[in-house]
Amino acid sequence: MSLKIIREPINKYIQKIPLGLIHVIPERCKECGYCIDLCPKDVLTVSEERNIKGYRWPKIADGKASECIACRMCEWICPEFAIFVVEADRREYE
Amino acid sequence: MSSELRLLKPGTYFMMGNIACAEAALIAGCEFYAGYPITPSNEIAEHMSRRMPQLGRHFIQMEDEIGSIVAVLGASAAGVKAMTATSGPGFSLMMETIGLSAMLELPCVIIDVQRAGPSTGIPTFVGQGDVMQARWGSHGDYELVVYAPSAVQEFFDLTIEAFNTSEWLRIPVVVLSDEVVGHMYGRLVVPEYDKIKIVNRKRYNGPKDQYLPYSCEALVPPFVAAGDGYRIHMTGLTHDERGYPSLEIEDSHKLIDRLVMKVRKNSKHLWKYETLYADDADVVVVTFGITARSTEEAVKRARAEGLKVGMIKLLTLWPFPEDPVKIASQYARRLLVAEINMGQLIHPVREVAECPVAGINYPVGYAPPPEYILDGIRAAV
Amino acid sequence: MSQKGLVIKEKIVSESPRDHLIRKERFPHIWCPGCGLGTVLKCYVEAIAASSIPEDKHVVISGIGCTGRIAGYVRLDSYHVTHGRPIAFAEGMKIVRPDLEVTVISGDGDLVTIGGNHFIHAIRRNVDINVFLVNNFIYGMTGNQMGSTTPLGAKSSTSPYGCPEPPFNLPLLAAALGAPFVARWTTLHTRQLAEAMKKAFQVKGFALIEIISPCPVGFGSYNELREGKDYIKLFLENCIVDHSADLNKAAISLRPGEPIILGNFIQREMPSYHDFELEVFKKAGWLK
Ligand SMILES: Cc1ncc(C[n+]2csc(CCOP(=O)(O)OP(=O)(O)O)c2C)c(N)n1
Ligand code: SF4
Ligand code: SF4
Ligand code: SF4
Ligand SMILES: [Mg+2]
Repeated sequence: MSLKIIREPINKYIQKIPLGLIHVIPERCKECGYCIDLCPKDVLTVSEERNIKGYRWPKIADGKASECIACRMCEWICPEFAIFVVEADRREYE
Repeated sequence: MSSELRLLKPGTYFMMGNIACAEAALIAGCEFYAGYPITPSNEIAEHMSRRMPQLGRHFIQMEDEIGSIVAVLGASAAGVKAMTATSGPGFSLMMETIGLSAMLELPCVIIDVQRAGPSTGIPTFVGQGDVMQARWGSHGDYELVVYAPSAVQEFFDLTIEAFNTSEWLRIPVVVLSDEVVGHMYGRLVVPEYDKIKIVNRKRYNGPKDQYLPYSCEALVPPFVAAGDGYRIHMTGLTHDERGYPSLEIEDSHKLIDRLVMKVRKNSKHLWKYETLYADDADVVVVTFGITARSTEEAVKRARAEGLKVGMIKLLTLWPFPEDPVKIASQYARRLLVAEINMGQLIHPVREVAECPVAGINYPVGYAPPPEYILDGIRAAV
Repeated sequence: MSQKGLVIKEKIVSESPRDHLIRKERFPHIWCPGCGLGTVLKCYVEAIAASSIPEDKHVVISGIGCTGRIAGYVRLDSYHVTHGRPIAFAEGMKIVRPDLEVTVISGDGDLVTIGGNHFIHAIRRNVDINVFLVNNFIYGMTGNQMGSTTPLGAKSSTSPYGCPEPPFNLPLLAAALGAPFVARWTTLHTRQLAEAMKKAFQVKGFALIEIISPCPVGFGSYNELREGKDYIKLFLENCIVDHSADLNKAAISLRPGEPIILGNFIQREMPSYHDFELEVFKKAGWLK
């Protein structure tokens, strides 16, 4: 039996682990990096594209799609009102 | 209700100029007074500190004159009539904010009871050295209105007029009084209230999404107060019609043009002056404030001597009443400008006069005696 | 964890849920990348959204400076006045309209250097306004000159040898003057900051929040804090939250090993200017 299985909560099917759906307004972003640096789950990274002012906005890093726990740190710290998170029910996506 | 809890009743009084000014402000509807102690304007603040609370209105003594006039603008932004009173040194401190009042188009009334300057000068003595400062004291391009009383009654009347004009045009208005007019006791007749014209700023109450706080549609845009729900923005930065900062030439031109034109285009309505024997005079003395009192006596004596002398007493100094002075200069051989300074009002007079102009200048400190002005007249004739 | 079936991408949108409280037509704003001012604005907007006071009753007044531009980005009645004078403007407004929730948001140079006199007297009077003072240790807008909050020894465009004067300890100053609410947070402490703002709205009397805010392009460029990241590191390593801190020790030196103390330091009830004025109205006979 792997540790992973032992650690799985037995009531995980009724628990609501929030899932954050990340929304970005690229034109507002100034690539300060706060959202990326402060995300506790390292969900975000810079996009390849640039906005009209040459800044690269945040996007979900590879393989991190479901890691966002909707803590909203990125939303609160963003000085540009350029990113926000809508909470969803994780089970609907699984 | 005790009579103290009301406005000064219609009737005849013998009253100090500064007190008449304060009572006039109450009648005009002043709801907020902020000031800082300075001679010779103190009686206004003292009187307001007693009277304003009796009427449920607000008096505050601020930490300096900058705070005073800025607080006045804060009250004005909330939609009430507000004033301050000061003298030379305090007036100097207010200059930056006079520009803010002009730029935000927040009405306010400033009483400057002039004293001898420059600098601290002689605080208890009279001067008329703030004529140019009142007009040009703040930086940049703007216009405002300046009235100058020469008697207790005029101080009363012009204070009410100052509130009316500032509300009508949404501009700062200065009442440029002086130590003697402020401290003299004189006759005051308070008319029946329904005979006193009171102007309140035009308010906007139309649809919220259509309001442009600095609309150029009319010279004076209608006002909304803080808390009215329009979510307005006012800034001392050059702004567009929405009130947002703008670097566009067109916005800047439109704004500055309107700020200036709302006074210029209404000049003729704003000019107040009185003439005495000016019709057939060879020599006309142009003057204002306390100097007008001495001049009146001098002119009467000159007439008794058979000299054809007249006078124009300016009650509005700015916008400068060009027409009456120009017309006088077309008939007279010479204009004289009498003032307690080394020559300030003489400049706009020269600008419009079509005959030679000379000054009767009396250095600051005292009101010129009639003989002094008469000597000047004789020399000119 | 199994996420095999999960295909979630970031969603590209054009509006944020708080856009009704900002003047979105003016975004992006003028502040530099990494500047903390946008976060201050965000926290203020969140505090407004969470406050029980109707939005139309909130008024913002700012002076001149980078911080002073905040008034122009909030969709509330907002006034951008002269340098150093927003507190005096706020006093005039609040005195005639006690029903308005008047908040001053402005810079350190604006509020306590050129405007220091209004600051101390407004606290002494206990006028019921909120003052959110953004301390970036510098005059940002005019080109990074030192001011009365620049730490001793810090470099700036007018202190090439290091700032020769010690700075204000603002929480101590405000507490000594009798302010009923005094707090200090950084822009990293967004939720605590917004909570403190909400508290400030409820306070009867003068409420001060000193907000330590990154200025990577100005102050930072002279003092090894060139990026937002550097500020985050500074805050994470040096900030200590202590609500009952000894304010004598709350000065900020920015020297390694010397903490930046944060907290809601003072919360007390006392009569405000409005109460004093009501007494005057009674004595004058206007009120019973
Ligand atoms: C009377 C006056 N003096 C000087 C200035 C120039 N000035 C504009 S902003 C500023 C400093 C602002 O510093 P601070 O309040 O700390 O705001 P910050 O830009 O750092 O946010 C100065 C000195 C001015 N506008 N008015
Ligand atoms: S909400 Fe939290 S976990 Fe999700 S991306 Fe933002 S900071 Fe990361
Ligand atoms: S915090 Fe905002 S501005 Fe900064 S990188 Fe993230 S989205 Fe862009
Ligand atoms: S100079 Fe400093 S305070 Fe001003 S916008 Fe840039 S980072 Fe912000
Ligand atoms: Mg600063």
